Amino acid sequence: MKDIFRGDLVRITNEEPDAYAKANVRWQLDSEYGRLLDSESVRMFSEKAIKEWSEKNFQNSKPERHQFTVRTLAEDKLIGFFGLYVELVHSEAWVGIGIGERDFWSKGYGTDVMNVCLRYAFLELGVQRVSLGLHEYNPRALRSYEKAGFVLEGRTRKDVLREGKRTDTFWMGILREEWLQKNGETL
Amino acid sequence: MFDIQTQLFEGEHIRFGPIDHEKDAEIESKWTHDSDFMRMMEIAPARPLSVALVKKQYEKLEKELDENKNQFYFTIRAREDDRLIGKASVQWIEWANGNGFLRLGIGEAENRGKGYGTQAFRMLLRFAFAELNLFRVSAIVPEYNVAAIALLKKFGFVQEVCRRKSLERDGRRWDLYVFGLLRDEWQYSHAGDLQQAEA
Repeated sequence: MKDIFRGDLVRITNEEPDAYAKANVRWQLDSEYGRLLDSESVRMFSEKAIKEWSEKNFQNSKPERHQFTVRTLAEDKLIGFFGLYVELVHSEAWVGIGIGERDFWSKGYGTDVMNVCLRYAFLELGVQRVSLGLHEYNPRALRSYEKAGFVLEGRTRKDVLREGKRTDTFWMGILREEWLQKNGETL
Repeated sequence: MFDIQTQLFEGEHIRFGPIDHEKDAEIESKWTHDSDFMRMMEIAPARPLSVALVKKQYEKLEKELDENKNQFYFTIRAREDDRLIGKASVQWIEWANGNGFLRLGIGEAENRGKGYGTQAFRMLLRFAFAELNLFRVSAIVPEYNVAAIALLKKFGFVQEVCRRKSLERDGRRWDLYVFGLLRDEWQYSHAGDLQQAEA
C-alpha cells in the first residue's frame, strides 16, 4: 500500500506536546503568520497553554478531529501543522493548515502539505468533500490551493478588517470525484 | 436627532422577548417533532427533543450568552396573545471585524407565510446594524430552503458563496449557500424601516 504519511517534501508526524509547544510559542510571535492563519484578532498563548491545547487536540483521537504536525524530509525539521475537522454526517472535512517556519514559505512545502492532507482526507477518512477559507490578502495560499485542485466557490465580501481596510474571505472546495480524477494515476 | 424612540423589539404583529423558562420549552419541543422544521433550521441530524432536553438547551444557551458575549437571542412572540411563534438570533459575532451570522425560525407551519418571518427579520437586521453596529451580516442556507432564500433576497442579500454538494440528505447531496448583506446596502434599501408594513 501507498505510504500516505509521506509527501515529496514533508511527512506527517504527531509531535510530543513539549516539542509542539516550543515551536508554536515561537511561531505565534510572527503576527503576519497569525493574520494569514485566521480572521480573529491575533493573540498570544503561553507555552503551558499551548502544551495543554496540544495534549487535548493532538494526543487523542476523536472521529471528527484529525490534527497533525509536519516535518521536512530533508532536515527532519518541524515546520507546521494541518488539521481536518469532519462534519461526520455530511462527510465534509474542513482544513486548517499553517507553515509556522517562514523560511519554508514559497518553496512548495505548503502545497506538499496540502497534497498529503487531501490524500489523507479522501483515502483514509473517505470524505466526499474538503472545504477551506482563506483571506483575499493571501495570494500565495490561493495559488497553492488551486494547484492542489481546490475550486474557488465564492467570497464573503468585506468580512475582515485588517489595518483599517476591509477585505474578502475566499471559500474553496474540492469534491471527491474531482480529486480522484486529478490524482487517479498516482494512486 | 438620535432615533432612540424607535422600539427595536416591537413589530406590527410580533415582538421580540426573552426566553420564558416556564412555558416555552413545551411549545418548542412540539416544533422539534416536525422534521421539516428541524431540517430547515439545522444541518445536524434532525431529532425530536423532549421538553426536558429543550429546557437543558435553554440553560446552556443562557450560560453561553452570558459567558461568550458573541451572540444575541430573542424569542418571537405574537403581539395579540404573547404566544411563542419562533426564534431569532445573531451569532458567531467577530467584534473586531464587525461580522455576524443571522438565524430565524417560525415554529409552526400554520404561522408561516403570514409575514411574521419578514417582520422578525426586519427587526433582527435593524438590531444587528443599528444596535450591534455590525458592518455586515451573513446567513447560511441549504439550497432546498426555498422560503429562506426568498426572504434573504427580499432584503437585498447577495448570494456570495455556493459550497457545492456540502450536505447529504434524502440520498443526495445539496449545495450550501452563504448570503451576505453590508450595512450600506441595508440602509439604502430601507428594508430596516419598521413602519414599512409588508406581508
